[in-house]
Amino acid sequence: MIEKKPIIFLLLATATILVGTIITMVLPFRWINDPKLAIASVKPYTPLQLEGRDIYIREGCNNCHTQTVRPLLSDTERYGEYSKSGEFVYDQPFLWGSRRNGPDLARIGGKYPDAWHVKHMKDPRAMVPRSNMPSYDFLNRPLDTSLSEKKMKALKFPYTQADLDALKGKSEMDAIIAYMQKVGNDIPWRKTGKAEVLGELKNPFQDNMSVLPEGQKLYAEHCAQCHGIELKGEVGPDLRDMDQPDSKVFATVYSGIAAGGMPAFGDTLGKERTWKVVTYLKSVHKH
Amino acid sequence: MNQQEGYADDIVKGFVIWSMVWGLVAVLVGVFISFQIAFPQLNFPPYLTYGRLRPIHTNAGIFGWGIGSFMAFFIYITQRLTRTSLWSPGLAKAQLWLFNVVIALAAVTLAMGMNRSKEYAELEWPVASLVVVLWVIFAVNIVMTIVKRREEQMYISLWYILATLVGVAVLYLVNNASIPVSLTKSYSAYAGANDANVQWWYGHNAVAMVLTTPPLAIFYYFLPKATGVPIYSHRMGVIAFWSLIFMYLWTGAHHLLWAPVPDWVQTLAMAFSVMLIAPSWAAVFNGYFSMNGQWHQMRENYLVKFLIFGITFYGLQTLQGPSQSVRTFSAFIHFTDWVPGHVHMGTLGWVSLVLFAAIYYTIPRLYHTEIYSIGLANVHFWLVLTGQLIFSITMWIAGVQQAAMLNATNPDGSLHYSFIETLVELYPYWHMRALGGVIYLAGLLVFLYNIYQTIAGAKTQAVAQRA
Repeated sequence: MIEKKPIIFLLLATATILVGTIITMVLPFRWINDPKLAIASVKPYTPLQLEGRDIYIREGCNNCHTQTVRPLLSDTERYGEYSKSGEFVYDQPFLWGSRRNGPDLARIGGKYPDAWHVKHMKDPRAMVPRSNMPSYDFLNRPLDTSLSEKKMKALKFPYTQADLDALKGKSEMDAIIAYMQKVGNDIPWRKTGKAEVLGELKNPFQDNMSVLPEGQKLYAEHCAQCHGIELKGEVGPDLRDMDQPDSKVFATVYSGIAAGGMPAFGDTLGKERTWKVVTYLKSVHKH
Repeated sequence: MNQQEGYADDIVKGFVIWSMVWGLVAVLVGVFISFQIAFPQLNFPPYLTYGRLRPIHTNAGIFGWGIGSFMAFFIYITQRLTRTSLWSPGLAKAQLWLFNVVIALAAVTLAMGMNRSKEYAELEWPVASLVVVLWVIFAVNIVMTIVKRREEQMYISLWYILATLVGVAVLYLVNNASIPVSLTKSYSAYAGANDANVQWWYGHNAVAMVLTTPPLAIFYYFLPKATGVPIYSHRMGVIAFWSLIFMYLWTGAHHLLWAPVPDWVQTLAMAFSVMLIAPSWAAVFNGYFSMNGQWHQMRENYLVKFLIFGITFYGLQTLQGPSQSVRTFSAFIHFTDWVPGHVHMGTLGWVSLVLFAAIYYTIPRLYHTEIYSIGLANVHFWLVLTGQLIFSITMWIAGVQQAAMLNATNPDGSLHYSFIETLVELYPYWHMRALGGVIYLAGLLVFLYNIYQTIAGAKTQAVAQRA
């Protein structure tokens, strides 16, 4: 029998493991990353973004952060439209990750202003109390650009001399933030699925003082990192004297202001808690 | 007797001792990073952050402790099952030397941030190339020893050894294909969803060809050795072996359920994962049935306790794994702490318990002495068992709790908790996990002390005899 013939045994064992290998690993090369699935607006990385991506890899950020949104309510409500293979055609290696000690980052690009990222990288707990992310203050050192051109060539990404020149004087922090802002930002359906305000906007808690403590607590958790615990503003503007109507404030908190770097909180807070924050905000006055 | 047979046993001693050293490193780093998750101020950038230490933990565990011991026992078992001395002891010495160089280089380069980012294939291309050289040396030596054997029939363990040798080679070569930029930097040869599919074909089958077939080879050899009764069924062994190595390679994509890889790949992975219960449990039954009429040895023979609990954890692991590969269950627990709980039942429970037994069995024989203390071996058993159970159970609870919180919705359909709110609730479990790790570490230290005393005792004995 074959248990008496080691070489034949070895060949048979190899053939056996190759069946599943070919069907599930080799064959899919024909279908995955098919040009038909390409997304026109998804662009290769610029030299700065690529350097940032390499820092992300070097620091092992993928050990805690995934970059793939599953088509499940808890994922899409939290992070936006689910991931599609065409989003990742320039990702060598892929960085989907396998564990979420921190949130998914597939749609992080454009969600927060640069200033938020700088503060967060330096001291994560200043922005997200009780976060267990290490501090990356040391990324303030100058960026090593000696391999930038070779890297772009190795990956066959287009670049200009001006792109390379622009790397001069940049820090590692600049690079990783450039990468953060790129992730998921050039995907057309990124904006769709965002929380939309529907129906009549009337504050159910108007003049209801009993919700103020909860509103204040929610503010401290979600808003104070950018607007300051006393609402004096920092990354975001001063909120101490808002003369906008409640409905306008609600819309801003719920849906965000993409151009201004204000993220949407509707997904996280829901309507009721958003109204409580609004009620708290409106109760605070300078004078 | 061993001297008469001319077995290359010095090299086995070398591999056993070095694998224990790297095993200790793996557990020390593991305990440290479990504290880092609970207490982020324990991160010391740039070299000692969780992101850089975690791959050192996995590489030291899987490759230093796992592969190191497998190399030891493959060399030990193969010689005895073929009644032939090792084809080239010189090559094996070079292998031991290179093995330590590779693992040390891995630890240093990973701490420096040279990292391909693909799980369990993080090493940059120069180090990865050394791994290939190492594996070729190893494989040639074992295969040549089997070819020139004096025993006609190859026992079950040798099948698993041969499958391991080719399996690891194929997996490692394909997944490590990369485009080098410099000595310290390379990019994966595959992009996006392709890269993910290749990676998890590798990632899960490393579990097959590194963490399943080698311990099975060792289990099938040492269980009969420890009990003194043959294995229950050769035929069951044949069927289980071929179906196991056939089915395993289809299952990698169950790590990518709900991810953007083709649906049919995910479905095949799920189906084969569920079917894989059969060959896995055939090995479990073969182990259990071999104990017919021998169960009293659980009480009298500490080696049996390690082996039978090892195979029991393998059985539990191979029920949990397939369950996790079912789409609905995966949707719930994937990306949560459930998964580290599962993984550590396999590595701390199955793989390590079997390796402990094999080391307890071989070390006294290699040094012609008795084990220093059976009492300490029992203390070791209970400490590692308790540590591992605390680890796994706390992580299962943490995983289910986080998944439930992440899924909770308000009446208006919005989500009830933000991500950070779910994370904050995990701290108590992370503290308990770290405690479980410390207990496991204590067990490991007892083990190392016992082995150290055994070897030291043997040496003084030898000196006394010569005098």
